[in-house]
Amino acid sequence: MRLSLFVGVFATLLSLPLALWVAWLLARRDFIGKGLLNALVHLPLVLPPVVTGYLLLIAFGRSGPAGRFLEDTFGLVLAFRWTGAVLAAIIMGFPLMVRAMRLAIEAVDPKIEAAAATLGAPGWAVFSTVTLPLILPGILAGAVMGFAKAIGEFGATITFVANIPGQTQTMPSAIYTLLQVPGGEAEAIRLVLWACLLAVVAVLLSEWLARRVAARIAGG
Amino acid sequence: MSLSVQITHRFGGFTIDTGFETGPGVTALFGRSGAGKTTIVNAVAGLLRPDKGQIIIDGDLVFDHRTGRHLPPHKRALGYVFQDARLFPHLTVLQNLRYGGRFAKRPATISEDGVIALLGLAPLLERHPAALSGGEKQRAALGRALLSRPRMLLMDEPLAALDAPRKQHILPYLERLKAEAGLPILYVSHAVDEIARLADQMILLKDGRVAASGPVFDVMADPAAIPLLGVREAGAVLRATVTDHASDGLSRLQVGAGPLELPGVKAPIGTTLRLRVLAQDVILSLDPPQGLSAVNSLPVTITGIHPGDGPGAAITLDASGERLLARITARTVKTMGLRTGLQCHAIIKAMAVAPGAIGAGPDAL
Repeated sequence: MRLSLFVGVFATLLSLPLALWVAWLLARRDFIGKGLLNALVHLPLVLPPVVTGYLLLIAFGRSGPAGRFLEDTFGLVLAFRWTGAVLAAIIMGFPLMVRAMRLAIEAVDPKIEAAAATLGAPGWAVFSTVTLPLILPGILAGAVMGFAKAIGEFGATITFVANIPGQTQTMPSAIYTLLQVPGGEAEAIRLVLWACLLAVVAVLLSEWLARRVAARIAGG
Repeated sequence: MSLSVQITHRFGGFTIDTGFETGPGVTALFGRSGAGKTTIVNAVAGLLRPDKGQIIIDGDLVFDHRTGRHLPPHKRALGYVFQDARLFPHLTVLQNLRYGGRFAKRPATISEDGVIALLGLAPLLERHPAALSGGEKQRAALGRALLSRPRMLLMDEPLAALDAPRKQHILPYLERLKAEAGLPILYVSHAVDEIARLADQMILLKDGRVAASGPVFDVMADPAAIPLLGVREAGAVLRATVTDHASDGLSRLQVGAGPLELPGVKAPIGTTLRLRVLAQDVILSLDPPQGLSAVNSLPVTITGIHPGDGPGAAITLDASGERLLARITARTVKTMGLRTGLQCHAIIKAMAVAPGAIGAGPDAL
């Protein structure tokens, strides 16, 4: 339970900047391979999660190319560790985050950004002073979606990092385990209620934040 | 301060091939919708990269297709006022006004307080753009552009989205800006009345090319400009000084060739303003008028007769050094025996000069 929250927060914070950048690329830039990037980002959404988890295991396992590189260079091991659960959560939540942010960026009128440029603002300043404040609701919505996905992720996580109590056992895998054990229902129900509560709070929170930001933009 | 534009640009089967230069004061870029005006201004601002040519601002080569130089918009130090204001919706008016200042590298020529006073923005400062009317938005956008300390102002149809009363309300602000800010302005418009009030120079665009250009008083009185301006819009611009306000609502104005009496003039005595006299409202008479209801008559000399494509003919007139334009039928030209050099009388119907066509001089505010 605590591990799930931890994984969720960590995954959300780590993927936020990258998701924002990819969303911006997809919304505002034309480049060769844009279609490919788009497909790649959305792949985890349509692939069976078990397949994603297995692919992660092949790439980031201790004998996989990326896994060996990370272990040799940074001493970072992902497979069957909580760090791997974070990676699985990032990969699975990424498409949802990018989607929400991309929609928000596309909703910002490029003419407003052009106006900022004519007032002397370089590209980074246009983004941070105009685009970013205007897409804040989209970022929040994307973050909440990514967070919800991260704490609920099951298929890719259990394939990539297994289900080791205290180490890689996230909330969904714990619920799954409890349901396999005779007499585990009571404990499972407790976790299910927690999951429901968490989801409701997350959605309400994001709604409230988004409304506050929208009101500020509209000058309400 | 000068701007030199020489560009060729193709888009959507349409080619812009334009060259012009502007100096101090207000230069109007006039053309019907689709004449390529916005494309040209966007190229000057750096928002669009033309296919070919050169753009020089104040001796600074900002675009040259041969060297590939294309200075991005934020380095051009130009203030751009868009037709659709484009204020930042998440900022207050004051925050909008201050936006450009933090990036500006040139010294300020006009203070924040000065701009707020000039454009009457004081009551709006804490509001967000969503709570502003169309005219208020444009004034705020104008202030924002001014406070970015530009070398020049670009204004792309800033009044086109406003209804007539709001337009009349904001025009005096523009006249005051022209008089007080001392900035060169490139003013894009398809409204002849705005140009007649504001511009010093004007450039007429047709199908992406410059069809005529020069001082506004000359271009407006040029018969060749009639088809471009539109038959109903064509007409000379005169400079007049207010000399008297009568109790019956008529005011007396002095132009070079004599006095005129006009209604609806609010400017105080002594003000110099512009009068736009539509060519279709000028009647020619060989004898001094008598027994006519039109009261204004000026002695003029015919300087040219230009038959048009249809039954009309344009007559250029000299009114004691000022140019007037009349449009009458070719048949009348024949029956009256009009010819170049003939002295006659131009009769202008009092009500013909609409209030909107009268520029309120800078002192009038």
